[in-house]
Amino acid sequence: MEQIVFYILAAVVVIATLFAVTERHPVHAIVYLATSFFGLAVIFYLLLAPLAAVFEVIIYAGAIMVLFLFVIMMLDLGHPEKVKRPAFRDWWPAVVLSLLILASFAVLAGMPFFGPPAAAAQIDIRGFAAVLFRNYGVAVEIISLQLLFALVGALYLGRRR
Amino acid sequence: MPTDTFDIMLLLAKLTLLYGLVMTAAAYLVLAERRVLAWIQDRTGPNRVGPLGLLQPLADVIKMLTKEDVCPAGADRWLYYLAPAMAAIPAILTFAVIPFGPPLTLFGRNIPLQVVDLNIGLLFFLALSSIAVYGVALGGWASNSKYALLGGIRGLAQLISYELSMALSLVPVVMLAHSFRLGDIVAAQASVPFIVYQPLAFLIFLISIAAECKRVPFDLPEAESELIAGFHAEYSGMRFGLFFVGEYINILVLGGLAATFFLGGWHGPWLPPAVWFALKVLAFAFLFIWMRGTLPRLRYDQLMHLGWKVLTPLALVNILATGWFIMVL
Repeated sequence: MEQIVFYILAAVVVIATLFAVTERHPVHAIVYLATSFFGLAVIFYLLLAPLAAVFEVIIYAGAIMVLFLFVIMMLDLGHPEKVKRPAFRDWWPAVVLSLLILASFAVLAGMPFFGPPAAAAQIDIRGFAAVLFRNYGVAVEIISLQLLFALVGALYLGRRR
Repeated sequence: MPTDTFDIMLLLAKLTLLYGLVMTAAAYLVLAERRVLAWIQDRTGPNRVGPLGLLQPLADVIKMLTKEDVCPAGADRWLYYLAPAMAAIPAILTFAVIPFGPPLTLFGRNIPLQVVDLNIGLLFFLALSSIAVYGVALGGWASNSKYALLGGIRGLAQLISYELSMALSLVPVVMLAHSFRLGDIVAAQASVPFIVYQPLAFLIFLISIAAECKRVPFDLPEAESELIAGFHAEYSGMRFGLFFVGEYINILVLGGLAATFFLGGWHGPWLPPAVWFALKVLAFAFLFIWMRGTLPRLRYDQLMHLGWKVLTPLALVNILATGWFIMVL
């Protein structure tokens, strides 16, 4: 049962992401990408990680994509669907990177099996928070400092002259 | 995942019952709003269809179903059709985690009066409320009309801003209950509801949910007097009805959550728990209608000022104070 649901969701995620990349209209691309995030969230839930699932929706679909949508709605884009497809020189870095990822995947897949995957275990929020803030406390602080820099930078750019 | 046939049947029964209850309650909330507003404004309100106008919701549904479904020529067809559903579905889904009574014991089985008691229930609600933004934004954008676009942009900015203070005002609740599970949050309020410990958080949450359901004094996305009807100006028939009913479902669900987080959920003396819960939800619904009959609309800069410079810092300070209180005492 879970496997069937997983394959359906995986197909939805892959197809939606493909559409998000190829769609010329930015608003449609955002809707496809949000769909993909939703599918991913449910996959996380299937993997007994409800916290990751909820954060996927709150942060990616609910905050970042919505901000993108806000910016796109504020800009007058004219007729983005009539824009020509980007030339090869614009997207060859993406091709190189995806080839790298594919190659590393092939290498990993060819390697001898490194034992069965650990049995899925559900970790509660308390345990998750303890691991995150005890073992990786410094990293969390550094990342939050980085966000603070971005905030101060935005404030500096946006202040009235 | 339940595999037992009985469990699946039970889940389906609960879903059907809850869906029917919520839709009926939302339809009657529309009538209640019209009657109460009329009463506040010294009018009579709709009283022709059935006794005391009680069949008015039925008449409204028939009217909306038989109206023409207009799609503006320049509209983005798919998103235009999708948006009303995106506005109503998250509100209905949130009901899944709200407990509306203590577990029943039926045929020797323990039946929780809640569709699913997720251990991340509170976050589930926040996730769905952040998704509800899409309905407003896409509806406003896809209509290809100035008024709708302005309403959509306003709605987007407002919902994002007030989601922040709403989420932050719930952190003290989690700190006091030691859990994100709504069942545990209700259980933690068995003796004293959290409004006693957290009056400030309750006030911030109340203001934020009024903004989240786009009600007066925060109805800028719709603002009849300046934007016609804002993001749903171009919609007609049942699609408009879906936006409309979605708003009332939102009132019910947010009222239910406010009751769950701060007023002790279904706890209460003498009356049966489910009745207590319904009374609390209806009290919030009445409060929102009362506010609509009483308050003027905020200006846009006042709205942003209130959200970002007053409510959010207050909620943060409140979290710190609660933390200090828990650590010291």
